[in-house]
Amino acid sequence: MPKKKDAKKIVFQSADEMPMMPMSIGSMLYNKTGSWRNIRPEIRLEDCIQCGICWKFCPDMSIGIENELPVVDYDYCKGCGICAEECPVKCIVMVEERK
Amino acid sequence: MKKEKKMTLTLPVEEYAGSGNLACQGCGAGLAMRYFLKAMGPRTVLCIPACCWAVIDGPYPHSSLSVPIYHCAFEAAASTATGVKAGLEMVGDDKTTVVAWAGDGGTFDIGLQALSGAAERNDDILYVCYDNEAYMNTGIQRSSATPYGAWTTTTPVKFFKNQPKKDINAIMAAHRIPYQATASISYPEDLFKKAKKAKGVKGTRFLHIYAPCPTGWKSRPEDAVKLGRMVIQNCIFPLYEIEYGEKYTLNIKVKDKKPINDYLKLQGRFRHLKPDDIQIMQEEVDRNWARLLKKCEAS
Amino acid sequence: MKKVMMGNHALSYGAMLSRAQVIAAYPITPQTQVVELLSEMCADKTLNAKFIKVESEHSAMAACIGASITGARTFTATSAQGLALMHELLHWASGGRLPVVMGNINRSMAPGWSIWTDQNDSLSERDTGWMQFYCASNQEVLDTVIQAFKVSETLAIPSMVILDAFTLSHTYEVVDIPDKAKVDEYLPPFKPPYRLTPDDPHAFNGLTSPEHYFELRYKLQKDMEKVPALIEETGREYEKLFGRYLGLVDDYLCDDAEIILVTSGTAGYTARVAVDELRGSGVKAGNLRMKVFRPFPFEVVQRILKRAKKVAVVDRNISYGHHGIFAQEVKSALYGQAGDIPVFGFIAGLGGRDITPASFREVVDYTLSHDIPEDNILWIGVKK
Repeated sequence: MPKKKDAKKIVFQSADEMPMMPMSIGSMLYNKTGSWRNIRPEIRLEDCIQCGICWKFCPDMSIGIENELPVVDYDYCKGCGICAEECPVKCIVMVEERK
Repeated sequence: MKKEKKMTLTLPVEEYAGSGNLACQGCGAGLAMRYFLKAMGPRTVLCIPACCWAVIDGPYPHSSLSVPIYHCAFEAAASTATGVKAGLEMVGDDKTTVVAWAGDGGTFDIGLQALSGAAERNDDILYVCYDNEAYMNTGIQRSSATPYGAWTTTTPVKFFKNQPKKDINAIMAAHRIPYQATASISYPEDLFKKAKKAKGVKGTRFLHIYAPCPTGWKSRPEDAVKLGRMVIQNCIFPLYEIEYGEKYTLNIKVKDKKPINDYLKLQGRFRHLKPDDIQIMQEEVDRNWARLLKKCEAS
Repeated sequence: MKKVMMGNHALSYGAMLSRAQVIAAYPITPQTQVVELLSEMCADKTLNAKFIKVESEHSAMAACIGASITGARTFTATSAQGLALMHELLHWASGGRLPVVMGNINRSMAPGWSIWTDQNDSLSERDTGWMQFYCASNQEVLDTVIQAFKVSETLAIPSMVILDAFTLSHTYEVVDIPDKAKVDEYLPPFKPPYRLTPDDPHAFNGLTSPEHYFELRYKLQKDMEKVPALIEETGREYEKLFGRYLGLVDDYLCDDAEIILVTSGTAGYTARVAVDELRGSGVKAGNLRMKVFRPFPFEVVQRILKRAKKVAVVDRNISYGHHGIFAQEVKSALYGQAGDIPVFGFIAGLGGRDITPASFREVVDYTLSHDIPEDNILWIGVKK
C-alpha cells in the first residue's frame, strides 16, 4: 500500500506499459472520497468516552485512533453520519460542509 | 487532549479494506467486507461476481482491498472459488482461505446453481452473501431476496413485491454443509466470531450477512447500522448458526420482540404499505420466527 | 508405445501427458469417454490432478478459470450445448488471459436434438478469443493437446482442440503415445507471470473504463497474431522429439494443383480419395486441410491457394444469412491477392450426414464444369 499522500491514479499511456492481464497495480487511496461529503462529523473530544463505537461502525475506515481518541480522516470520510448517529454520548455532530 | 483510559476496541485494528473505495455513503456491504476481512486476515482470496463489490473495490488498475480478488462472472462465484481452491492446492498452497463474496442476486438467483453444486460436493470454500435485498448495483431491481411489500424499480408501488423473501438458509441447510450462519453488520463482534469460526471449518461454509443499503432502501445513510440492529430485534433477520444442516443455534434470543413498523418507517421502499400489508408481513415474520425457535429447540 | 484408442481417449491421453493439474468437466454425449478415462487416471494416480465433477459446463469453465489463475494447468472437454452454455465464460478465460485447454467434440446444435457431427458449435465461438485447432486423426488429437498447452501458456491465450463427433471421437485408430519424459522436456511446468495468490495480491478483471479496455483487447489481438509463427516453431520442435510435425495446415498435392479442395476435420481425409481419383484421371487436384482456424493462418493459406485456378471450400457448418464459415474466411484471405481466384463454397454434412468420396466427386464435378459458382452456397446432399 502506498502512503495516502502519495497515492496517484494510474493511467497507462500505452499498451506496452500495461501488464498482460487485466489486474490492479495500485490502491484506491488516490480517490479522496471526502469530496462527496455534504455534512461533516465533528467530534467534541472532551465528551468522548472512548467507547470505540464510531471507529467500529465507520464504513470507510475514516475514523482513526490517535492518542486513544478518535480522529476523522476528512480526506476519505464520505459524511454518512453513522458515527454521529451511533455515538452513545452524542459527542459527534454533523455540521454543514463549507465549500 | 489526552485521556487516561484506553479506547475500547472490540475488533482487531488491522484493516484489509481501504479508504477511497466506491461504496455509497453508509453502505452496509462496505462494513460487511471490513469486518469479514478482519476475521480472515491476509491469507485470503476473494472471488467476486457482478455485485456492488465489483464496483466498490475500484476501477482497473486499482483496488481498495489488500487481499487478492478475482472478479468473475455473475453466476459463477461458487464454481470459480471451487477452481481457485483446487488450483491453489495443486500449486502447493493449502493454507489460503478461498472465499466467494457475492450479493443476494448472485446468490439467491443467478448463482444458486453453482452454489448448490459446490455445497453438494462440499467443496472447501467459504461463501459469503452480503444481502441488500435487491439488485442494487444495476439500480434497485427486485431479486428473490427482496422482502414482501418492498418497492424496487421493477416492483413499483402499485405492484409491490408480493412474494416473501426466499429462505436461502433453509436451502443451504438442505445441503447439510458443515457450517452456516447469519450475521448483521450491526453486530460486528458476532459477525467477526462467525467468520473466524467458518474459516476454521473444512468444507462448504455459508455466511449470510444482512447489509442495509441506504441508496436502494431509500433510508438515511446514518440509519444503516440502526436498521441492521432493528432487524434482529424485530426478528425479521434472526442471528443463528446451523451445523450439518441440523444443529441450530440461536445467537440472540430476542425476549421482547419488537413490531416491524418502526423498521419499515425508516425506509422509503415500504412507505406505500397499508396496515393490511404490514399485517401480512408481520404474520410472515412471526411464522418464520416460530419455525426457527422450533428448529433450535429440536436440536 | 502404440495403442489402439478412440479419439476421445486421445484427448484424455493428451491431457494426462501434459500433466493437467485441475480438470473440471460435465458429461455430454459424445464427450463422456474423455472424462471417464481422465477420472480413472486421476483415481489410479496415473495423473496427479484434481478432478472436479461440476454440476454444469458453465461451472466447468468457471472452475477451470479459477484454477488457471492460481497457476495450475487446466483442462476440460465438452460438446455442442455444453460449449454454448460456456459461451460467456469463454470470454472470461481469453479476456483474463488464461491458457485453459479444452477438447470440444463437434456436435450439431439442437433443436432438433442431434448428437452427430457438424461444426456450428465451435464456430459459433469463433470470436471469443480462443485458438481453435481442428483435428483429423486420433494421433493428431493427442499431439495437438500437448502443443496447445505449449502455445496457450506461452501467449496466455486459451485453446480449443476440436474433433468430429463419432467419425473421430468414437473411432478407434492406432496412436503412438509419446514418452512422458520427452513430453516433459517439450512442455515445462506452467509458470505464469501473474497469479492469484496472497503472496502478491492483485485484483484481477476489475471494472475497466474506456480509458483502458481498448488497449487490453489490442494486446490480446497482438498476441493472437504471434500464434502462427509459434505454432510452426513449436511444431518443428515437436517433430524433432516425436517425429510428427504439427503445423497450421496439412496440404496434400497442392504444389502444382489447379483445383484445391479446402476442408477441415475428418472430411479432410475423405477429400483425398477424390483428389487421388482426379489425379488418376489427369486433373491436377490438391487438398488443403485447415488445422488452425483461430487465429486464421492468412499467410500460409494465401501462399498455397493463390497458385490454384479454382478453390472449392467444403463447409460442415453454416452462418445463416451468409455462407459456409470457412468459405467466408478463405474468400477474405484471398481478397486483394494476385488474380481473382473463384472460390466455390459448398455446404455438406450438417447434422452428421455422411460426407463421402461421392460427395467430393460432386464438388469436383461442379467446380470443374463452372467458371464461377452460380450461388454463394452450393448444397451437397440436401434433399431440396
